[in-house]
Parts: sequence; structure tokens; C-alpha cells
Amino acid sequence: MLAPAAAGHAVVVDRLTKAYKAVVAVDSISFALDTGACTALLGGNGAGKTTTISTIMGLVEPTGGRVTVLGAEMPRQRHLVLHRINFESPYVNMPMRLTVRQNLNVFGMLYGCGDVAGRIRSLAEELELTDFLDRPTGKLSSGQKTRVALAKSLINNPEILLLDEPTASLDPDTADWVRGRLERYRRDRGATVLLASHNMGEVERLCDRVIMMKAGRIVDDDTPAKLVARYGRSNLEEVFLDIARGRGEAREAAQ
Amino acid sequence: MSMQSPAYAAFSLRRIAALVLRHWYVIKSSWPRVFDLMYWPMVQMLMWGFLQLYVAEHSNFFARAAGTFIAAVILWDILFRGQLGFSISFLEEMYARNMGNLMMSPLRPVEFIAGLMIMSIVRLAIGTIPVTLLAIAFFGFNLWAMGLALFLFVFNLFLTGWAVGLVVAGLLLRNGLGAENLAWGIMFLFLPLVCVYYPVSVLPEWLQPVAWVLPPTYVFEGMRALLIEKVFRGDLMLQAFALNAVLFGVAVLGFQLLLRSARREGTLLQGGD
Repeated sequence: MLAPAAAGHAVVVDRLTKAYKAVVAVDSISFALDTGACTALLGGNGAGKTTTISTIMGLVEPTGGRVTVLGAEMPRQRHLVLHRINFESPYVNMPMRLTVRQNLNVFGMLYGCGDVAGRIRSLAEELELTDFLDRPTGKLSSGQKTRVALAKSLINNPEILLLDEPTASLDPDTADWVRGRLERYRRDRGATVLLASHNMGEVERLCDRVIMMKAGRIVDDDTPAKLVARYGRSNLEEVFLDIARGRGEAREAAQ
Repeated sequence: MSMQSPAYAAFSLRRIAALVLRHWYVIKSSWPRVFDLMYWPMVQMLMWGFLQLYVAEHSNFFARAAGTFIAAVILWDILFRGQLGFSISFLEEMYARNMGNLMMSPLRPVEFIAGLMIMSIVRLAIGTIPVTLLAIAFFGFNLWAMGLALFLFVFNLFLTGWAVGLVVAGLLLRNGLGAENLAWGIMFLFLPLVCVYYPVSVLPEWLQPVAWVLPPTYVFEGMRALLIEKVFRGDLMLQAFALNAVLFGVAVLGFQLLLRSARREGTLLQGGD
């Protein structure tokens, strides 16, 4: 049975540690995601973002600490909530031989959607997939594939959406289009979104909170505007560089 | 847009159907895959069938035992392809980098396994049914005439194939595609030991107990008893089933342990070696 979700929190990460033998990928981090909020998880390569997201998804077992999603402890109780979550990640593909419609049909059934055909129709209209619904997924352009992956991630109207680099390898126009759709989905659904991205403009546009990670630890956590102000910079990219290159710590020490 | 989340179901036939459908879509869109399912069983059956004809011309015993080689090769193929069909469906998820999507979906491990079992039956049916019809056409040998015995033979061979397939799937999850060769070759370890083409008594005495630990040995002995002595050995089928129940239980446990280990090591998203 599910424990009641912590008040107003869709995800609670409590002293999460993940070690792969001697390598500590995530080192006792804690944070909670407010229901309906969009939070960015930022950090350089190897900062621990993917491990954190994978643990939230129940794909990785923590070495220490606890992760609860919609009141379910992950990964032990993941099956109680997986139908309410979805994700998009560059680490996975959808079967390339299947047409877009076949892929969405399979995932609609897996996620227990009632009227799968109707859901595919409405997603196809919403995400402008109608023209290539019956083409093999592997024959689409990367922009089209991203839209299909987005459709898969929305097939079950998820309450929590985990996005790992949702606009990587997209041209600026398509990336902007995807961000617009994500904004609209979050607003209409009241969904909680956790986003890992290296595109700081994207983070500033979509997220109301930023968690900065470095070497498996959280080094800062605030709204994009407050972070920019606190570091005395003009945008989030400069803040990111300060943190990645250790200038933030140097500034704090000097102050 | 509907804002309802779908309901949670502890066990869902629909999720199993989704997995089966996903693989059915692949098979029906790819004639080389269909050809591959039929090609090798057909070549094997023809080769052993002609060999049997030749040997039977020079031996009274083999003349009496008409069909044993063809039955053996078809039953061996059921064992081999029962496992391979299970493993290939699993490998297809890894090749397609779709494992993360499945592991993050509400599909439960038991449903995943059930879907892979169904797919191994589908793949085998596509490859083997035409071969049994060819055996009638070329050699007048009707495997289907075995009736209930055939059902029990096939059932036991599938159980062994699925058990081995499960362990291979667990190793693939835990070790990535570095364990891929096991999927293709592991069953050949059984080939000399389960006495597909010869009786257990041919083996050296010290090796015979090893053969009798393996469930398929009872099936092949049972097949020879049926075709040569015209006797159905129900006792052999029961022993095969008992051993298969143990083997399958151990395989399920092994798969769960390897899946847990994969979760601990963070290898569920890995597709490489």
C-alpha cells in the first residue's frame, strides 16, 4: 500500500546515495519536488544527474537514503505508480521498424490507456504527427523522432514527467516548438516536471527552480532569477560555468 | 484532453498483449525474419531425413525405426528455438534500445516473461509447422500422428527452453550485450548430453547421471520408445515435468536476482557490452 505523498510534494529524495563499487555517483542529496512545479537538475557530465533521475524512475537501487514518488518508495513500490509517470531520454529509442502509430499503440496499451486510438489521434493533432503516423519510426528526421518520443511520454497523461535533454540535437525552431508544447502540457495537466538539460535558455524558460549538482552533491538550489542575482551574473549559463569551474566556491570564500 | 490517469492493475493481460503485438509488428514487417525462422529447420529436417533414408536401406533396425531421426531433429529444433525465440525477443529490445522504455513502463517482470514465452511459441510455430508438413511430403513422416504424446514432448521442451532463456535474459540485463553469445550458443551444450539422436545407454556410464538430470533427455528417450517400441512412456514425461518444474523455479529465482543486481549496478539502461 502507498504511503500518503508528503504534503504538496510529488517526489521526495531523502539523503540519496548511490555508489558503484568505489565510485560515489550521488552523495547524500536531499530535495523535494513541489506538485505542479518544473525543476531543472543541472550539472556537468558526471555530476550525478542521470543517476538521480534513474533512481527516481526506479531503474537504479539506492545504496543509501530513500526516494519516494507519489508516495511510493522506489524501486520497491514502483509498480504502484509507474502508470502515473512517464519520461523521455536520449538513452532510449522506440523500436525503429514499427510505425509511429504502432509504437504509440503498444505504449498506450502498456500504460493502460482506455481509448488508445483516440489518444493517439489527439496527440497526433497536438504534436503535429498526423502526416507520418503510418511511417516507420526509424525513417523520421530527428525532429520528428523527438516529437514521437514526446507523444510516447505523454500517452498516459502523466502526473510526473521526467525529461532528460528533451531538445538535444534539435534545430532552434523545433526546440522552441517542443518547449512550447511542454509548457502547455504542464499548465493544462498541472504536471510535475523534472528536467535535465545543458541548454540554459531552455531551463530559464521552462523551470521555476534549479538544482545544481557537482560531483554527486547539490551545490545550489534556487529559482533561476535568484541564482543569477546571487552569482552576480547576467544569465544562468554564466552561473553554470561559475559552479562547474569552482568560481562560485571561490567567490563565497572571498565574501 | 482527458486528465485522468489510467488505473493500476497488479497483473494485466493487456500489457502482455502489448508486448506480443510489438514483436508481431516487427515480424510481419520483415520477410527476412520470417525466412530466417523457417530456413534452418527446413535444411536440418531435409538433411537428417535423407540420411535416415540412406541408413534405413542398409539396416533393419533403422528401417524399423523410421522417422526417429526426423522426429529427433524436429524436437531438438523445438527445444533450441523455444529458448532462442525467447532470447531473440529479449535481444531485440536491447538492439532497439527499448529496454529502458519497458522497464520504466508499468509492464511487470512476470508479464514481460509471459510475453516472451508467447513470442517464442509464435516464432517456433512460424518455423516448425511448415517443416512438419514438408516431412510428410518428403518422407511420409507425420509428427502430428503422435497426438497427446507430441503435446507432452513439446510442453516439456518449451519449459526447458524458457528456463534457459530466462537465465540468459537475466545475464543480458546484468552484463549487457557482452552476454549475447550465450543466447545463441548455450543450448548446444545440451545437444550431446540430452541424447537427441542416440539413447542414453550410448554415453559412458559416468556421464549418464548427468544426462538424466536434464529434462529433455526424458523427452528424447520417450520419443524413441514411442517410434521404435510403439510404447508411450508416461513415467518419462512425469519425470521430465518434475525436473522442469525445479529448473524453471531456479531460473525464475536466478532472473529475479540478476534483475535486482542490474538495478543495483545501474545496467538497466545499458545497451552496449
